[in-house]
Amino acid sequence: MNISVRNCNLWYGDFQALKNINMDISNREVTAFIGPSGCGKSTFLKILNRMNDLVDGCRITGSFHIGGVDIFDKSTDVNLLRKKVGMVFQKPNPFPMSIYDNIAFAPRTFGVRKKAELDRIVEDSLRRASIWDEVKDRLKKSALGMSGGQQQRLCIARALAANPDILLMDEPTSALDPISTGKIEALMSELKQELTIVIVTHNMQQATRIADKTAFFYLGELIEYDTTEKLFSCPTDRRTENYITGRFG
Amino acid sequence: MSIRSKYEAELALVFNKLIAMCRAVETAIEKSVTALVKRDRDMSAEVISEDKYVDNLEHEIEQDCLKILLMEHPVASDFRDVSAALKMITDLERISDQAADISEIALQFGDEDFIKEPEHITLMAHLAIDMVKDSVQSYINRDIELARSLDSRDDRVDQLFETVKGDLVELIRKDGKNADQAILFMMIAKYLERIADHAVNIGEWVEYAVTGCHKIG
Ligand SMILES: Nc1ncnc2c1ncn2[C@@H]1O[C@H](COP(=O)(O)OP(=O)(O)O)[C@@H](O)[C@H]1O
Ligand SMILES: [Mg+2]
Repeated sequence: MNISVRNCNLWYGDFQALKNINMDISNREVTAFIGPSGCGKSTFLKILNRMNDLVDGCRITGSFHIGGVDIFDKSTDVNLLRKKVGMVFQKPNPFPMSIYDNIAFAPRTFGVRKKAELDRIVEDSLRRASIWDEVKDRLKKSALGMSGGQQQRLCIARALAANPDILLMDEPTSALDPISTGKIEALMSELKQELTIVIVTHNMQQATRIADKTAFFYLGELIEYDTTEKLFSCPTDRRTENYITGRFG
Repeated sequence: MSIRSKYEAELALVFNKLIAMCRAVETAIEKSVTALVKRDRDMSAEVISEDKYVDNLEHEIEQDCLKILLMEHPVASDFRDVSAALKMITDLERISDQAADISEIALQFGDEDFIKEPEHITLMAHLAIDMVKDSVQSYINRDIELARSLDSRDDRVDQLFETVKGDLVELIRKDGKNADQAILFMMIAKYLERIADHAVNIGEWVEYAVTGCHKIG
């Protein structure tokens, strides 16, 4: 689904973390957010499934539409929004339960009770996250016994089990080894056939490998947003150039 | 050393080799035409054998650039600098080949007097040498004006080529026996005209390195 953000401002108390951001994110593409730590990438990402609602003293202005629907409208069901807009974090955070129950968690929450139906969703989600073959014989084992890379793919499978339209990923591979990273990157290329993916990454080469578009944030502003090829070969803004070429302080 | 300064040191190495390659190419053009005018067969032979040196430099710079692309993953203007260098050395290498070709032709002249002193050819050579020098210099200094000036300077070389062609046609009309030499001069003039075109190509890569736009000439 398309994401459309207009005049987005966000404050944590007196501190303005996002400044007048306008952005359209296309369906079935991977969009990467880059920029130095603290520039507001995670904050912006979290707006999209209203995770900032939980933060004390956080104030947001602007308009935010996903698939044409205003996500801050009074009629919006936040639980439903979070089902449609899945999120994966830097550190894999499997629930302390079996692999099966991790994946079945969201569908159960949304009322799926039939075992056959749950089995189907679990298998399908694990397959889509390219981890089915590795875990199919130990679905009843604890998810905490998996390797870091497997746990991250499990978390992706868990997000997919809710059948989202959008997947937000905040530095999903920064704690992983190159092989696990490669698997997750390959997975993103597969998943973008059906979903919109937004990923925060500190790894520029990762952005150039997987992202169709890249956005550079700096001090709460969206400085430059373009096709990845254009942004990395010929950025328009001096600050983008300095950041991606490593000339920054 | 910071990552940035390590990268800059590697790029500086490429710049230095490019300057060396450019000097060698300028010398090759200069010598090829001097050897022709002075009928110095040894010098012509030298130009042909020294082409190897430029080939080697091209290969070295190519390896350096590929290594930078592989190891440093340059982006933005860094990426454009390295890609432009990779393209430019192909043009420089072709120029050196063409200087060697001129020398091959110079060796085909017999002992008879020239049907005409090659004054326009000498002039074309000097314009072309300056263009080659300035094309590489404009890259090193990121001098976009200098790079853009090459196009109109090439027009001047093209005009001279037409002049040489006209003169030679005239000479053949006057006496069919002039045809043997006329064809040789004609080919030399054509090579010089092509050399100037290569300098224009280099200028276009400089424009790409500096601005990110590459116009296809
Ligand atoms: N819950 C919060 N309360 C107050 N300030 C916050 C909170 N979360 C983030 N910030 C501040 O907002 C800015 C942007 O943070 P963040 O979005 O996490 O940046 P990034 O993801 O680009 O590293 C930072 O200056 C950070 O300190
Ligand atoms: Mg962050």
